[in-house]
Amino acid sequence: MKENMIEIRGLTKAYGEKIAVDHLNLSIRKGEVFGLLGPNGAGKTTTTLMLLGLTDPTSGQATIREKDCTRDPIDVKRMVGYLPDNVGFYTDMTGRENLYFTGRLNGLEKEEIERRADELLERVGMTEAADKKTGTYSRGMKQRLGIADVLMKDPEVIIMDEPTLGIDPQGMRDLLRLIRELAEQDGRTILISSHQLYQIQQVCDRVGIFVEGKLIACGTIRELGQRMERAGKYTLELAAEPDNEALMQLLGGMEGATSVERENDLILVRSGSDIRKKATLLLAANGYTVLQLRQKGGDLDEIYSRYFEQAEEGERAAATEREKKRAPRIFGKRA
Amino acid sequence: MLPESLENALRKFAQKYAPQQAVGLKALYEKEMMDHIRSRKFQMILILVLITSYASLYGAISGLSDSTSEYLFLSMYTTSGNSIPSFLSFIALLGPFVGIILGFDGISGEKSDRTLYRIAAQPIYRDSIINGKFLAGASLITVMVFVMGISIGAIGLIVIGFPPTVEEVARIFVFLLFTVIYICFWLGLSLLFSVVCNNAATSAMASIGLWIFFSLFMSLVASMIAGIVYPVNTQMQQLYNSYANYALDLNLNRISPYYLYSEAVTTIMNPSVRSVNVVTMQSLDGAISGYLGFWQSVLLVWPHLAGLIALMLATFTGSYVCFMRQEIRAK
Repeated sequence: MKENMIEIRGLTKAYGEKIAVDHLNLSIRKGEVFGLLGPNGAGKTTTTLMLLGLTDPTSGQATIREKDCTRDPIDVKRMVGYLPDNVGFYTDMTGRENLYFTGRLNGLEKEEIERRADELLERVGMTEAADKKTGTYSRGMKQRLGIADVLMKDPEVIIMDEPTLGIDPQGMRDLLRLIRELAEQDGRTILISSHQLYQIQQVCDRVGIFVEGKLIACGTIRELGQRMERAGKYTLELAAEPDNEALMQLLGGMEGATSVERENDLILVRSGSDIRKKATLLLAANGYTVLQLRQKGGDLDEIYSRYFEQAEEGERAAATEREKKRAPRIFGKRA
Repeated sequence: MLPESLENALRKFAQKYAPQQAVGLKALYEKEMMDHIRSRKFQMILILVLITSYASLYGAISGLSDSTSEYLFLSMYTTSGNSIPSFLSFIALLGPFVGIILGFDGISGEKSDRTLYRIAAQPIYRDSIINGKFLAGASLITVMVFVMGISIGAIGLIVIGFPPTVEEVARIFVFLLFTVIYICFWLGLSLLFSVVCNNAATSAMASIGLWIFFSLFMSLVASMIAGIVYPVNTQMQQLYNSYANYALDLNLNRISPYYLYSEAVTTIMNPSVRSVNVVTMQSLDGAISGYLGFWQSVLLVWPHLAGLIALMLATFTGSYVCFMRQEIRAK
């Protein structure tokens, strides 16, 4: 068991009535790449800002290597590198000068700053553009310079906010490779907050799904998929020949199947249990040829939308509940 | 010369025990200084201010032949030539502009360039960001004002060929000191607006609005209020109210840093000014006309100095408090 690098306990942030982060509990191990996934406005950025001590939590506590993020922000910021969403640089300074400045803010010595800046510019492939003003940089270049900037202080933990946004496919591959490298070779802990599931899926060891300030699921992608299955929600994706109405009826009549629908040339069968075996036997017995059969649930997109649906349903139920409670009071006021 | 190993050891020691605050502040201060000096807008105002100061010097020298003052050297700063205002009034009017230019996009610029998050995520205390900005601006103002004041004196010296006395030099020094504080007030004010407004343009507009109000309209407002409180429309009212009316008018005007500064530097640079308040015939009775000594003049404007420093500190503290309380948060 590796030691925990980031520990978040009961972290809450409320802006007036609105609760941005609601009693968040999370531990991230050393050397792990953790993806914090959620739609816009789920409270991901607020969480990362609280980890850096830039925003004070309403209640709860976050620690990074046993340092309290609210009480010791300076110590925390010394070992945490933060790459903000849409990172900005001083436009009338060159890329290299921007890195030097970050080095000076971290109290590094001049020779050390120059050595690291050269090395990092090389690593992110920005050596050629290093002496151009950052005002002329494209978004992808800024992002790469941003990573070099984060690495200037040689951080143990890196927090990235939407790092994959607005980068071209080649840049994306480079970025993802770099992230893996930072975790595997350098042993850094990386927390990525994003709403781009596909990219995150490729690099993360574990993901947490974050909706409306709550962490509704957390684990490896496989774990999340299995948990979904245990929750009694199965979707079978199949294609068979001859593809006709009788096939649909046959599948719909199966024991355990809750619904059957058509999606392009595939048929989706939702059920409360694993019906793969039964379906195969049934189709074979009725003279159908199975062309394709797949249990859905393996990729993040699906897991995410499933969890998201669940959370939304829960939210809707809670909302109606609240509505019911509120209604008499309104009438009471009128009367 | 220290041996290299010892020097290295000393540097390491200093690095280890230097407070983190000083490290961050120093880096930010240097960066701000460099930013200002390189920036187009600073170079622009520098040229503008230089041209106007030399123009005023030219005007003063051409008008100097009519001067009867014993303090010829000071007259270069205070005399206005034909249609060209004096150096003093130029600085009173244009000085705020320098302060505003240096400060108006201080924090809002960092926000709109999205650099504030990156800086705030470095291991520095948050107040060193705003302290660095203010200190860099203030140092630049100090250098600029003293260089300008002394260069005017130097050129004037060559042209008129009449050396200043020690007292005159002291007076010029106090005048320049007042100027620095006065411009720093405007720097603090524009920094305050840059914290409060998220948009650099809004912050610039607010500062410039106040500048124009204080320089041009404050006197109108003051006389209007004084006229309402102590009306002087009939002869009877004039008899009873004119003293109170004038005193109120004066005190209201003094709220404006522009007036406060003008009054103070006029007194300092013109030894024949003997009082800054209302003087009645009674108090003049038996007085011998003459010049005030240096310390007497300083004594006269001591409250002005205190007032200007207080105003400067108030605006800077305001921006400091607002910035520290403001949450750095996602948009």
